[in-house]
Amino acid sequence: MDLAELLEIAEKERRRKKPIEIHCCVAASCVSSNSQSVKDKLSELLSNTDLKDRVEVVGVGCMGLCSKGPLLRNSVTNEFYCHVNLDNVSEVLKDIQGQKARIEKLKIDDPFYRKQMHIVLENSGKIDPESIESYIAEGGYLTLYQVLHEMTPQEVIDEITKSGLRGRGGAGYPTGLKWSLVAKSQAEKKFVVCNADEGDPGAFMDRSVLESDPHKILEGMIIAAYAVGAQQGYIYIRGEYPLAISRLQNAIKQARKYGLLGTQIFESNFDFKIDIRIGAGAFVCGEETALMQSIEGKRGTPYPRPPYPAEYGLWGYPTLINNVETFANVVPIIRNGSEWFSKIGTEKSKGTKVFALAGKVKKTGLIEVPMGITLREIVEEIGGGVPDGGKIKAVQTGGPSGGCIPASKLDTPVDYESLISLGSMMGSGGMIVMDDKTNMVEVARFFMEFSKDESCGKCIPCRAGTYEIHNILTKIIEREATQDDFEKLKLLCQVVKDTSLCGLGQSAPNPVLSTIMNFEEEYTSLLKKDT
Amino acid sequence: MSVKTFSIDGQIISAKEGQTILEAARDAGIFIPTLCHFTGLTNVGACRLCVVEIGNSPKLQPACTTKVIEGMEVKVNTERLKEYRKLILELLFAERNHQCSVCVANGNCELQNLAIKLGIDHVRFEFRYQNYPVDISHELFGIDHNRCILCTRCVRVCDEIEGAHTWDVAFRGANAIVITDMNQPWGESESCTSCGKCVLVCPTGALFKRGVSVAELQKDKSHLEFLIQAKVKKQWIR
Amino acid sequence: MDKIKFATVWFGGCSGCHMSFLDLDEWLIELAQKVDVVYSPFVDIKHYPDEVDLCLIEGAVANEEHLEQLYDIRKKTKILVSFGDCALNGNVTALRNLHGEPDKTLELSYKSLATLNNIPNFDYKKIARLIKKVKPLHEIVKIDYFLPGCPPDAKRIKYFLEKLINKENPVLEGELLKNG
Ligand SMILES: Cc1cc2nc3c(=O)[nH]c(=O)nc-3n(C[C@H](O)[C@H](O)[C@H](O)COP(=O)(O)O)c2cc1C
Ligand code: SF4
Ligand code: SF4
Ligand code: FES
Repeated sequence: MDLAELLEIAEKERRRKKPIEIHCCVAASCVSSNSQSVKDKLSELLSNTDLKDRVEVVGVGCMGLCSKGPLLRNSVTNEFYCHVNLDNVSEVLKDIQGQKARIEKLKIDDPFYRKQMHIVLENSGKIDPESIESYIAEGGYLTLYQVLHEMTPQEVIDEITKSGLRGRGGAGYPTGLKWSLVAKSQAEKKFVVCNADEGDPGAFMDRSVLESDPHKILEGMIIAAYAVGAQQGYIYIRGEYPLAISRLQNAIKQARKYGLLGTQIFESNFDFKIDIRIGAGAFVCGEETALMQSIEGKRGTPYPRPPYPAEYGLWGYPTLINNVETFANVVPIIRNGSEWFSKIGTEKSKGTKVFALAGKVKKTGLIEVPMGITLREIVEEIGGGVPDGGKIKAVQTGGPSGGCIPASKLDTPVDYESLISLGSMMGSGGMIVMDDKTNMVEVARFFMEFSKDESCGKCIPCRAGTYEIHNILTKIIEREATQDDFEKLKLLCQVVKDTSLCGLGQSAPNPVLSTIMNFEEEYTSLLKKDT
Repeated sequence: MSVKTFSIDGQIISAKEGQTILEAARDAGIFIPTLCHFTGLTNVGACRLCVVEIGNSPKLQPACTTKVIEGMEVKVNTERLKEYRKLILELLFAERNHQCSVCVANGNCELQNLAIKLGIDHVRFEFRYQNYPVDISHELFGIDHNRCILCTRCVRVCDEIEGAHTWDVAFRGANAIVITDMNQPWGESESCTSCGKCVLVCPTGALFKRGVSVAELQKDKSHLEFLIQAKVKKQWIR
Repeated sequence: MDKIKFATVWFGGCSGCHMSFLDLDEWLIELAQKVDVVYSPFVDIKHYPDEVDLCLIEGAVANEEHLEQLYDIRKKTKILVSFGDCALNGNVTALRNLHGEPDKTLELSYKSLATLNNIPNFDYKKIARLIKKVKPLHEIVKIDYFLPGCPPDAKRIKYFLEKLINKENPVLEGELLKNG
């Protein structure tokens, strides 16, 4: 493949397209509410009308507003059709035909979309995730061409560094710095790993990106591999994501066919392969050292760092490991320039962040917002506030590693440091809104139950500590605990946090500590008086 | 080989390049509690008893896997560390069934000895009393999972010194146990060479020689130490 | 100086700790100068008196009587000591917890693992009902000191009592702290 061929594919694809496209979501959430049949039915209905040459129904990835799915979109009017099913899909046809139709519609300037900014999700819901041509028509792989032919690896790393991009897998480590560490390591072999294990309960950002725009991740990984000098890539994805896995397999096959993966990519002398490794559903396998053990075919348990993967990773070779969303930012940054990217967001947190918005808000689903947006804007404007006039009590971010931010702090900007200062963290992007009926001790116990069950069992504080924390929380909820137990709980949380081996144990107490910090009276009111 | 100078609790110590804090401390006769560490086997940083404070960093680091850096100031005996270590050991005692009075290793157990050394007189957590299996299908040895602390020394000695890799860990979290081969009875293991090294390295009474009774288990490690010395230091003389 | 009101109590244990107490031999005579034994298996007093200064409890809490008594003793006692391993960690007494419900233990000990093969017909009006789970004392009430050992040998007991009688803090170290 050379540049001319790439452009030709793009041109051909654009010419092939019909003037009106009806985008029908075929990502997991809508698929689970039968969007595939809706898509087929609509195509069938269309084929019997004179619109059939001008309108095409296209399966696309996630359009974000999952709570209103199955979701369809008219590519010309940019309007969304909500809750489409086999019974009302004919109304969609009427609407396309310009007749009065009885179906819930949503405009693109709905508050849900207005405050969002799509970089990671730029193609999601617009292109056909099963088609490489569809991706190429949107300018896909052009950036890779430019990187391979017009930039040195160092220049690529410099762009990423200057952009200020930080890892989206949770900890927010500067991506450019990580890349340069791997690039500097001298070794005959290097690896690039994409972390798609996404194990936080309620999080589905990465799944959605992979299901909606898999080639973007491949392109990001290839660029990364060129920058750090790696020859082999792995995507480590959890087995619970069969749709994402099959789309990735398909995408890898297509990219290989076009010579975008394999040897002499774009007729350069750069070779790179990507293979998929499927995880068996252990949360801890998202932790980078455990993940690498798992790829090597060993039991997925973390080991102490240093040495960091950048120095000593897969089979002892330098390994770059980044999250799906991190890789998804690579192409836009190189394409639009680091300066463009670094103007988005706050001083220390650049760009956007994808969140899975859930809980007690009117509109739930997948959102991408610029860093620095306040929690209030997300919850009240994008999410539309609490249904039935309820009041917000807290917002949980960071899943089992994060914490609960009280309603009084809703004006906090969303960035790595602010969230940490509130006892929570960005995490990978789960965001759960809780109303005033929520019992915070129960919330803490819910997450502790998860951490206890997912602890790998290697180190004592996490294995036995999370169990005891859960035990004391249960005692508190059952009103069997004393002030003594409460003190013990606080000490135990500190010990587990400070002494555990990996991030799972180190952050497992956060949901407890943050609810104690902000809602202590909920705990103390449940305590038994000493006997 | 260059020498690194650093301090432990204010005392100036010199260490060989590449030595861990634990090795340097032991050379200098300074005590740091450990359970998963066993000289000559890979350090896995699992028990977290050896965590120390370094400089003013609030983060604790395990002494067994942290290499000495020139000028680092290490504290191994602060009140915080003492409290934390006690609590970690108490978590272990509450986790499985360590009734020392009826254990083969009574009086000869690293867990028991450490509890004494750290001044533990009772356990602040509710004992769980989960019934773990005892496997005496092997003709020479047995394993009582009730006494296992999951230090994985047996796993490592079997893999790294004997080369059989009979042992491994199965399941996760509180359900984790050490297993032989593909979780079949030890006596049916095809990879086990019956060398008994696992029994020698086990810090508790979990692995034992069959036929010994309460407080009778003695572990003569000299043969094993010779093998490890031969492997690590390439010295083949006793 | 007033004599110290001293008690010893026997819960779910083998009485080994009390035997060990008797190993204090002639020191017992010295002890008798300093304490009044107000309640103990060694003496015939039916009720635990009020305002006891110092009480050693052997054994774990295994039945409803122990439970009731322990609350009562705590109320009436200044310094309460967990005396021996069973009191401070359940030890052998608590091994039955591994089998779940107490009935299961009775079944094991009187039927499936025994030669006599029948479960005696307990008259629970006369003897106390077993509680579900044997517990160490400090899981139920506040305990002031812990004296480990199975049994704690006389040397340890002597050290402990001397300290407590002199209103000092006993701090066990090394061999004196060993369980089992
Ligand atoms: C228990 C645990 C689970 C994790 N799970 C994930 C995950 O599912 N996906 C992910 O990208 N990172 C996960 N991480 C973070 C990774 O260890 C690692 O920091 C990340 O993949 C680095 O990529 P980044 O720099 O792009 O964020 C997890 C960390 C811990 C401690
Ligand atoms: S902190 Fe938890 S998950 Fe991490 S190594 Fe320790 S036991 Fe395993
Ligand atoms: S059996 Fe012994 S050596 Fe093996 S993990 Fe358990 S305690 Fe450690
Ligand atoms: S000896 Fe260092 S963690 Fe166990």
